[in-house]
Amino acid sequence: MDVLMLARLQFAFTIAFHYIFPPLSIGLGTILVLMEGMWLKTRDPRYHNMARFWTKMFGLIFGLGVATGIVMEFEFGTNWATYSRFVGDIFGSALAAEGIFAFFLESGFLAILLFGWDKVGPKLHFFATCMVALGAHFSAVWIIVANSWQQTPAGSHLEINGGRVPLSHQLQPAELGHARMVIDDFWGVVFNPSSLDRLNHTLVAAWSAGAFLVISVGAFYLLRKRHREFALSSLKFGLVLAFFSSLLSLTTGHSSAIGVAQNQPAKLAAMEGRWETGPDAPLHPFGWVDLKNKRTFGPVIPGGLSLLVAGQRAHVITGLNDVPPDLRPPVQATFQLFHVMVGVGFALIALSFWGALLWWRGVLAETDRSATRWFLRLGVFSVLLPQIANQAGWFTAEIGRQPWIVWGYLRTSDGLSAVVKANQVVASLLGFGLIYLLLFVLFIFLLNRKIQHGPESLEESHELPESWLKQSRA
Amino acid sequence: MDYNLLWFGIVGVLFAGYAVLDGFDLGVGALILWVKDDGERRVLYNAIGPVWDGNEVWLVTGGGALFAAFPSVYATVFSGFYLGFMLLLFALIFRAVAIEFRSKEPWPWWRRWWDRGFFGGSTTAAFLIGVAMGNIAWGIPLDARGEFAGTFLGLLRPYALLMGVTTVSLFTMHGSIYLHMKTEGPLQARLRRWINPLIIAFIVCYAVVTLATLLYVPHITDVLRAQPVLFVFAILLVLAIANIPREIHHGRDGRAFLSSCATMLLLMALFALGMFPHMVFSNPEPWHSLTAYNSSSTPKTLHIMTVIAAIGVPIVLSYTASVYYIFRGKVKVTKDSY
Repeated sequence: MDVLMLARLQFAFTIAFHYIFPPLSIGLGTILVLMEGMWLKTRDPRYHNMARFWTKMFGLIFGLGVATGIVMEFEFGTNWATYSRFVGDIFGSALAAEGIFAFFLESGFLAILLFGWDKVGPKLHFFATCMVALGAHFSAVWIIVANSWQQTPAGSHLEINGGRVPLSHQLQPAELGHARMVIDDFWGVVFNPSSLDRLNHTLVAAWSAGAFLVISVGAFYLLRKRHREFALSSLKFGLVLAFFSSLLSLTTGHSSAIGVAQNQPAKLAAMEGRWETGPDAPLHPFGWVDLKNKRTFGPVIPGGLSLLVAGQRAHVITGLNDVPPDLRPPVQATFQLFHVMVGVGFALIALSFWGALLWWRGVLAETDRSATRWFLRLGVFSVLLPQIANQAGWFTAEIGRQPWIVWGYLRTSDGLSAVVKANQVVASLLGFGLIYLLLFVLFIFLLNRKIQHGPESLEESHELPESWLKQSRA
Repeated sequence: MDYNLLWFGIVGVLFAGYAVLDGFDLGVGALILWVKDDGERRVLYNAIGPVWDGNEVWLVTGGGALFAAFPSVYATVFSGFYLGFMLLLFALIFRAVAIEFRSKEPWPWWRRWWDRGFFGGSTTAAFLIGVAMGNIAWGIPLDARGEFAGTFLGLLRPYALLMGVTTVSLFTMHGSIYLHMKTEGPLQARLRRWINPLIIAFIVCYAVVTLATLLYVPHITDVLRAQPVLFVFAILLVLAIANIPREIHHGRDGRAFLSSCATMLLLMALFALGMFPHMVFSNPEPWHSLTAYNSSSTPKTLHIMTVIAAIGVPIVLSYTASVYYIFRGKVKVTKDSY
């Protein structure tokens, strides 16, 4: 394998593994805010007990996010040095802002969240919980800004040897070391055409990841008839967030896709396996792309794609036939991953509605009813679904961006480090493979142990910190 | 305003902040195997428990600031030091999860292995950071485009390895002084006996490095010869080191730790003074060196980053100080602890 494929593989592997954790932190952080907020409001010790249990889970997840996240900050420099020089004027600011505004906020207040129960009063502790959740959301903001600028560059222009070049200029290999993107307008970079849509979509998908983790554990306890009250209450918190986030995933996903149609037509064509340019473009619920004959098989909703993109069947959608072959993303992978994401997204909506219906009818914990039992069984496994959708969605976005690393300006193959050899990347890739395998096994093991151990019994958790009791009596 | 000078300074402050803060918790890692009792080891872990991951953010933010302000330096250094840097990342991952996982299970074998991971990860990280600094000071081969033109083995020159050992000894000394402040009873008494030998070990290493620098890396001492007034930093450094045993002797743990922090800041200041305006020396062919002026982002980006830093840094410092204040005093291991 050549160094390009190896470097791409390494980046994909390290970011995909890292991305197991941040959505869980964002989603679970939001739920912690809700739980602790309810405790402050009602002073019901059951909420306190729940916040304590889920905080411990949060600590474990966050720790792995930090450990695997450091790699990401430096991998642009190690493997993509030419890219780093090319985009440093723009991309670096977003990463630095992420450090200053998000990571410090998260890690500072995390100390109080995890270890400060006895050190500060309940209101300050709640404030710390809010700040950790906010920091997790901020980190998404800046990294999405950076990535969206790669997808839809704005607020900047290309310079070669310090001179501005026209938009139509295609970078030649000989110019690579002398070209860079230069910032014109910071807010133009931040609010580039795709950043808001993609940020919204990413955040609500992250809420789903946290919500379904809580649903999964709650459902597991209910089925095993353990910690019934705790489980039901957790399940309800999870369901509330799952209900909103799965519906919002649909609307935010829809507006993201409209943005892709406008800004990255080649990506949209690959996502839907559309070859012909024309109006009345159909939508495939699922299918298979025949790359040789340039056709896409599967059931279709006639005119569906045109309708979704522009609200009218007459809207013309650009097909892959009108994209030069060397500017097409890998079609099959983009198509399939996109459809996995959409399919799982609909499954999450269905599951949330089912849960809401059972809650409404007051039978969410009636495990002797077979409908409830089936819902809970699916619920236990539902934790995997947002993870699958998140990964598939990001792979769609990044594979669909190919062959560009900065859309329209720099090709991925031109972004590599000139001095890093294939055997070095093989060595580091093997290292990451082994270490992350070990981490994954240990993470699942410890997560499972925590779940099996369960929350403290209510009597134990009545031992609130002295300072808190004084304030609750007051 | 000279933004390039300003950002040379800000990147320097971020990495100096990293050295001072993560320096002590890497040092705690280097000491972990010398404390035998499990209860005492937990005290060590929890002495850094609430702060270690905030400390590591200084490295991440320093990396981000370097990327934003001096993209060519970021690109050259991290691609040039590829294998070494991957090892550093592995080491940092290992020690992070060791802290996280270690006390989650009671089994002695489990804890023993994570203790070793914490020790190995911390010591390796400290050593590699020193080796990298040694290479940057000595100079690495750069081509006309500022790309690294050397080999991995070439980075293992004796001067760089010596800097690695010195960094390990510095962090270990710093860690022991931090722990002395955070512990009590027999553990503290034992730590107190280690501090003086650790200080002496560091002074010996540092003396050898200084000698080697004067003999073999004269370009980094040019500025001191040109402007002897800067020797004031060196004098302050000696005073700061000498003050540590004095404060310990008088039982003023907090001031001893501050003295140790001052030592590290002065070391970084001397390093930065010796480097400026260079960020990576090219050796041979010094005209290929990367400087704060030939490898920076545009003035516009530096201006934007200055605004971001002016808003962000005071906020960061205020709650970092609050967290250290809330967790001040001796360590108590409770059910929420690591």
